[in-house]
Amino acid sequence: MNKPTIDVAYVAELARLDLTDEEKAVFQPQLENIVKYVEKISSVDVDGVPPMMHGHEIVNAFREDVVRPSMDREDALKNAPARTGDEFMLPKIVEGAES
Amino acid sequence: MELYQLGIKAAREGLAKGDFSSVELMQSVIDRYHAENPRIGAYLTFDEEGALAEAKANPRGVPLAIKDLINVRGQPCTCGSKILQGYVSPYDATVITNIRKGGFIPAGRVNMDEFAMGSSTETSALGRTVNPYDVTRVPGGSSGGSAAAVGSDLCIAALGTDTGGSIRQPASFCNCVGLKPSYGRVSRFGVTAFASSLDQVGPMTKSVDDAALLLQALAGHDEMDGTTPNEPVPDYVRAMEGASLKGVKLGLPKEYFIDGLDPEVKRLTDEAIKRCADAGAEIVEVSLPHTDYAMAVYYIVAPAEASANLARFDGVRYGHRSAQSDTVFNLYARSRAEGFGPEVKRRIIMGTYVLSSGYYDAYYGRASKVRTLIRRDFEQVFRHVDALLTPVAPTPAFKIGAVQDPLTMYLNDLFTIPGSLAGNCSISVPSGFTQPTADVPALPVGVQFVCDAYREDKLLRVAKAYEALRT
Repeated sequence: MNKPTIDVAYVAELARLDLTDEEKAVFQPQLENIVKYVEKISSVDVDGVPPMMHGHEIVNAFREDVVRPSMDREDALKNAPARTGDEFMLPKIVEGAES
Repeated sequence: MELYQLGIKAAREGLAKGDFSSVELMQSVIDRYHAENPRIGAYLTFDEEGALAEAKANPRGVPLAIKDLINVRGQPCTCGSKILQGYVSPYDATVITNIRKGGFIPAGRVNMDEFAMGSSTETSALGRTVNPYDVTRVPGGSSGGSAAAVGSDLCIAALGTDTGGSIRQPASFCNCVGLKPSYGRVSRFGVTAFASSLDQVGPMTKSVDDAALLLQALAGHDEMDGTTPNEPVPDYVRAMEGASLKGVKLGLPKEYFIDGLDPEVKRLTDEAIKRCADAGAEIVEVSLPHTDYAMAVYYIVAPAEASANLARFDGVRYGHRSAQSDTVFNLYARSRAEGFGPEVKRRIIMGTYVLSSGYYDAYYGRASKVRTLIRRDFEQVFRHVDALLTPVAPTPAFKIGAVQDPLTMYLNDLFTIPGSLAGNCSISVPSGFTQPTADVPALPVGVQFVCDAYREDKLLRVAKAYEALRT
């Protein structure tokens, strides 16, 4: 197992969280502690043990692939922080493209 | 007796006999809300007009307080977070459709730890909820608003959710019954996801009868939630008929009776064991050898899933958007930084870390395998016993602000997490009060029963028999 180091500033960037310096300073030792705590699973022998990814063993829940009504467009848009007509409004995403 | 003091069963009987109307019942809860909520802080919001209108239309409807992460069309759904302030649900969760069909009315939104991450309701960004038995103490969490509302007769009953103990621990702290159904027994469609391999919605009530009545309405297959198997739902009330502990085999997992247990919790748990034995239960010691790893597994699995689930809060379609969203990166990173509180941020970072390249196998991958071993422990013991009897939490309700270290707070869920990881069902039943001292009033303590997955019938039978021993 990799040694228990966590670079909070780096991981926060991966997680798209703009932390303040104060937050980084507080979280760093707290998360080191938590990472150190969960390290205890490294001593368990898991050779040949299958992973459990869910609360039970259900596999593939299928339904008929038929068109059904879905959420009304106005309903879907009514919580939008910004909208333009029938769309969510966002800052420009594609670098260099015409806006 | 005031109407708001009633439980589900008594309220239904009164409505059926015409002793009072559903509007009178709703009005009584609303009056109580005005009188007592300023002191307890259980509810965040209460759409009184909407609730009364629904009561008028549904003469058999019993009001239910709803944890503020379950969508009810036209109502707020803040999850206790600033990031969802102002959000109005565009649809109903399946559990809301189900409870309406089952004779209930969603009435009032109750407080919770932010995104259900916490054990004290202190991480809520939107309000403080206190313990009705000592207002200087926490109600537990994350379903602390639900528990405080039930424990102070601010509602007839409530819906909570449980990922690692969030129904059972606050139920223990506030002297109510809290049932965590087996994984997949109740639909989560429309319930804001925290950790999807663990989350369940369940009843928080004033009696075991009420828990059965509410679970009956909640449980069942939902094609909108692929984790709900199409298995029949037993008649839970019938399952409790003639409930007795005579000949019931109760297992005491030796790993749960640890040194760190509060002496009063220990005393009350020992009393519970004796009470069961005196009633004819056969008490056997059992072992769940991987218990010691459960917390570690949980604090890998739950944050990992949370970090993925909470990626949806990105300032695009709903929720808070930062005023400084000049680029897409800043739209995400600043909206989330401004919207989420510290515990949520910690868990997102933890979850992102254990899933990140180079660490996945060592953490999430390995934790998922250890989880299999934890599940096997339970499978093994349920071949020999009907139910397990354990403490719910290591301590009674603690003081507001007393637990500052995140890891110490996590230890509250020591006895509730293993069963959640295994996917089985469990219930917290009130079991007495601590000995009051000069500084500390008598505080309620619950006892936990755990049964194999999809054996809520058996679980309720045991809980009902236990409850009867105390009354």
